[in-house]
Amino acid sequence: MSVVETSTAYTQADYKSDLKPIWCPGCGDYSVLMSFTRAFAQLNLAPEDIAVISGIGCSSRIPAYTNCYGFHGVHGRSLALAAGLKVTRPDLTVVVASGDGDGYSIGGNHFLHACRRNVDMTYVVMDNHIYGMTKGQPSPTTEPEFDTALTPGGTGVRPFHPLVVALASGANFIARGFSGQPNETAAILAAAIAHPGFSFVEILSPCVTFRPDERAWKDLVRPASVAATGDAAKAARRLMTDDGFNLGILYQGNRKPYQPATGSTAINLAELEKDFVL
Amino acid sequence: METSPTISIAIIGSGGAGALTTGDSLLEAAGAAGWHGLSTRTLGPQIRGGEAAALLRFATQPVECMPAQYDLLVGIDWMNAHRFGAEIQAGPETLVISDPAGGEPPPMVAQSGARVAEVPMKDMAKAIPGGRPNMIALGIAGRLLGFTIEQISAPIVKRLADKGPAAIEASQAGIKAGFEAAADIPFAKTLAPPNKSLAERWLLSGNEATALGAIRGGIRFAAAYPITPATEVLEWLSPALTRVGGTLLQAEDELAAINMIIGASYGGTPSLTATSGPGLSLMIEALGLATAAEIPIVVIDVMRGGPSTGIPTKSEQGDLNIAVYGLHGDAPHLVLAPQSVGDCLFTTQWATYLAESLQAPAIVLSDQFIGQARAAIERPADVAFIGARTVATNVVGYQRYAIAANAVSPMAIPGMPGGQYTADGLTHNERGTPTSGAGDHRAQLDKRSDKLDRFDYGNHWATVEGDGDIAVLTWGSLTGAAREAVELAADDGIDARLVAPRLLAPTQPERLADLLNGVKRILVVEQTHGRQFHRYLRANYDLPAPVRVFNRPGPLPITASEIHRAIMEWR
Amino acid sequence: MSGESRGPKVASLNDLLAVAYRIEVDAVVRYHLLADQMETHNNSELLKVFRDLARVEGIHGDEIRKLAGDFDVVAHAKTIGKFSGESPEEADLSAAHYMMTPWHALQLALAGEDRALAYFTSIVETAKEPKVKAMAAELVEEETEHVGLVHRLLKRYPKPSETWADDFDPPVSQE
Repeated sequence: MSVVETSTAYTQADYKSDLKPIWCPGCGDYSVLMSFTRAFAQLNLAPEDIAVISGIGCSSRIPAYTNCYGFHGVHGRSLALAAGLKVTRPDLTVVVASGDGDGYSIGGNHFLHACRRNVDMTYVVMDNHIYGMTKGQPSPTTEPEFDTALTPGGTGVRPFHPLVVALASGANFIARGFSGQPNETAAILAAAIAHPGFSFVEILSPCVTFRPDERAWKDLVRPASVAATGDAAKAARRLMTDDGFNLGILYQGNRKPYQPATGSTAINLAELEKDFVL
Repeated sequence: METSPTISIAIIGSGGAGALTTGDSLLEAAGAAGWHGLSTRTLGPQIRGGEAAALLRFATQPVECMPAQYDLLVGIDWMNAHRFGAEIQAGPETLVISDPAGGEPPPMVAQSGARVAEVPMKDMAKAIPGGRPNMIALGIAGRLLGFTIEQISAPIVKRLADKGPAAIEASQAGIKAGFEAAADIPFAKTLAPPNKSLAERWLLSGNEATALGAIRGGIRFAAAYPITPATEVLEWLSPALTRVGGTLLQAEDELAAINMIIGASYGGTPSLTATSGPGLSLMIEALGLATAAEIPIVVIDVMRGGPSTGIPTKSEQGDLNIAVYGLHGDAPHLVLAPQSVGDCLFTTQWATYLAESLQAPAIVLSDQFIGQARAAIERPADVAFIGARTVATNVVGYQRYAIAANAVSPMAIPGMPGGQYTADGLTHNERGTPTSGAGDHRAQLDKRSDKLDRFDYGNHWATVEGDGDIAVLTWGSLTGAAREAVELAADDGIDARLVAPRLLAPTQPERLADLLNGVKRILVVEQTHGRQFHRYLRANYDLPAPVRVFNRPGPLPITASEIHRAIMEWR
Repeated sequence: MSGESRGPKVASLNDLLAVAYRIEVDAVVRYHLLADQMETHNNSELLKVFRDLARVEGIHGDEIRKLAGDFDVVAHAKTIGKFSGESPEEADLSAAHYMMTPWHALQLALAGEDRALAYFTSIVETAKEPKVKAMAAELVEEETEHVGLVHRLLKRYPKPSETWADDFDPPVSQE
C-alpha cells in the first residue's frame, strides 16, 4: 500500500455510503465505522482503491456502509477472499472486517494461516464476546461462566486469546483498540494499514443488545503502559499479563510481506506447450 | 503378416521394478513414431514398492479407452499381481512374457489360455553392470510391438540425461539384451504403420491438458490444496502461471482455496482451483456464494471413487449429483465434462470462457481415468474461446446487478472510480443492497437463470455422431469407449447414434429432443452405482424411447466391448 | 470514558474560533448520525429530537462564524488538529438505545455541553494571549447558556421509569 500525493483531499464523508446501518443504536460498530473512515481519510486513500472484505455477523455488515469496494462473503472465510484479492491486486488496500465468531471460531484456521502467510492486509476483528447476530450464543472469547440459552451456566471453556494466537502465528502488527475511543482506534487502524504485512487489530466493541454488561468496558480499558515493541519475545511476555483491556499497538514486526511476483512476464503460450511436444 | 490397427500391452512389476517407467517409455516411443497412444496405470496401496502395472494401447487412430483384453503381458514379476486380475485380462491370443524367478503368474493368466514365454529378465539384468530388469522388459516389449531399438531407447536416454553416461549405457545394454531375446519369441500381432500426418504430436496427461486449457482460456490465478487425483493440475499450473504473469497460492484447505479464487476473480482476475470429490464437498457453500454474487470461477473436479474418502486412485462418475444439485437454494451454474485426455484442454478452456461470459461458477467434471491417463495425440487445435467478462465502463448511477436484456450485468472492477459496490451472498436488489423483498428476490433469481438459459452454447454442448435406431447416451470419460462400441456395432451391422453432452448444466432440453428424434432405443451408459446420470436425464429431459441403463460403479473402467455387448443384446 | 480528550493546539484567537466551530460541526454530524439510527429503528420521537439538536448546533456554528467576522473560520477549522478523543459535544454513541426517550437524549446533550464548558474554561485558565482568554471567556458564557437551556428542556421530560427499555418482542436473528 502506498500513500499517493494527489490534489484530492478526502474527508471522512467520502468513505461513507448512503446506506443506514442496521446495527442497534448503542452498538460499538458505529464507532468502528467512524474509525475506518477516519483512518482512510488520514491516509488519504482513494475510496475506489480500498476493498473491505467481510464474513457473516453484525460486524461483517460494514462493507456496504462504506463507499469502498466491498465483499460480504460467507461465514468465516473473509481472510481467504482477501488473500486471493490482494495477491492478484497488490495495488488495492485490503481491509478485512470480522467478529469474534466469524473470525475466531469458524474462521480460526484461516486466521492462523493468514498470520503465517503475512500477505499485506489489515484484519479488524470487532470483538464483543458474544454471537450477536444469532441472538446471544457464546463466542470463543466469551467468559466461561457467562450464562446463555445454548450453554446454561456458561461454557466452562477457557476463552481464546487472539493476540497470543496472532503473535505465535506470525502476524506482523498486533494491536487492540476500543470502540469507545474512535479517534485513538482510527490512529491504530491507520498505522495498521500503513504497516506492511499482515496487521491484526482487535477492537473491543460492546454489544448493547446481548451484552449490556459491556458498558463497563469503558472503565476497564486502559492505554497499555508500554510502547509497541518489535521484539516478539517481549510482546509474548506482555501478553502473559494482558487481561484483554490493554489498548494500543502491542507489536510491530519487520517480516517481509508475502507477495508472489506477479507482473507480466507475458510469455508466448507456445513456450508453455513445448513441455508436451514429442 | 496381418497388421492390426490397435495393439495393447500391460507391463507388471513391483518393489521398485520400474514397470511404470517401461510403460512411459513405450508410450513416448509410440507417440514419437506417429501412433496414437493411451496409457493408464493401476497400483497397489503402498506408497512405494507396491505392485504396479502400466497399461497401454497404441493405434493408428485416436484411442480413448482401454481394451477388454491385452495382446501382450510382460510380467517383470508377479508379486501380488492377482490384485489386478479383473482389470488386466488375457485371452487365448495373448502372449505372456514371464520371468521364472518372478513368482507364479496369477490364476487369471493360467485360466485364460494365454501362451507363456519365459525370459529370465532378472538374471539377464544381473549380467549387465547397473542393469535393471525393466530395461530388459522394455527391449522385449519394444521388439514384439514392432519398434526399432532406436525408437525405444530414445525416451530412456532423454530421461536419464542428467544421471550420467554410466546409467545411460547400462539402460541401453539392457534394452539391447531384451530386444535380442525377443527375436526368438513368435508374436502374431503387428501394429499397422502410423498415419503420417503433419500435425505436431503431443504427449500429455488429462490433468496437464486441463491446466493448459485453463491458461489458454485466460486463467491467471489458481489457489491450490492438493488431493488425489487432481494435484497434478495444480502442480503443472504453478510454474506455468508464473511464466504468463499469473500467480498460484497454496491454501490451507479447500475452504480457503475456493474463497481465494472468488476474491481474486472479484478483483478482475480469471481464477481456478482443482480438487476431487471430498474437496468439492467442502467448496459447495462458496460455489453458492459465487453464484449469488455473480462471480466467475472455474472448479475442476477430477472425480474418484466415492462416497466419502472412497477409492482415491480409481475413477468413477459419482460426483454428478453434487455438481449439478449440490448448492443449497436455487443456484443455477455451469457444469461441464471433458470426454478424453485431449478434450480436457478444450473443455477447460471453454468452461473458463463460459464462466467469464456468464459471471458464474463452472464445475468441470474430469475423472481419474482421463486425468491421470497419458496420451499421445495430435496437438489440440487453437480455439478462440478466451474468457472476457463484461466490465462496467459507464458507472454513472452504477448498479452491479441491473436487469438487462441478456441478463448479464457489467461488473465493476475494484480500482474503478464510481463503480464501488459490495458483492453479497445475501439476496440483493439491482444495486446490490441486501433485501428480503419478494420482487427483488424473484428478479435476481430470474436474472441468474435467464443469463444461463439465453446464452448460445453452439455445437460444443454435446458430441453427436452417427445415426441409427439406438442411441448410446453417455458422458465424460466413457465417451471414448462408447464411440468404439458404436464402431464395433456398425461392423456387426447395427447403426447407433452416440450422444455425449459436454455441457451438463444448464440443461438443453430442446436440443437433446432434436438429437433423440427418431431414435427407437436409448442405452444410457455411466460409471455409477446409483444411476445418477440416468436420473438426471429423467429429471430434466423427455426420453422419447424406451431406455436401458448400463451402469457400473468404479473401480474398473467400462470397456468398449461391454458397451458393444449391451448394444447387440438390445437390437 | 477512560482518559481525557485533549484538544488541538490553540495558539491564537483564530485557532480558538476554529476549534469552537469544529466542536459545533462535530456535534451536528453526531446528532444527525443518531437521528439516522433513530429513523432506521422507528423511534420517530427521537428522530425529531436529534434532528432538532443538530439544527441547534448548526445555529451555534453559525454564531461562531459571526463571531469570527471576516476571518474564514470554516477553512481554518479544516486545518487545525483534532481532539485526541471525541470532540466535547459529540454525544456518546454507546449510550444510544433504540427505545431511548427524549430525557436520555437531553442527558447526552447536557453531558456534551458540560464538556464544552469545561474545555473552554480550561482555555481561559491556561491561555497566555489576552485575546484568546477573552474569547474563551465569551465562549464559556455561551456554553453556560446552552447548559441552562438543556436543563430547562429537561424539566419538560421526566426521568423515565425503570422499564423504559422493556421490549416484549424478542430480538430477531437476521442471518
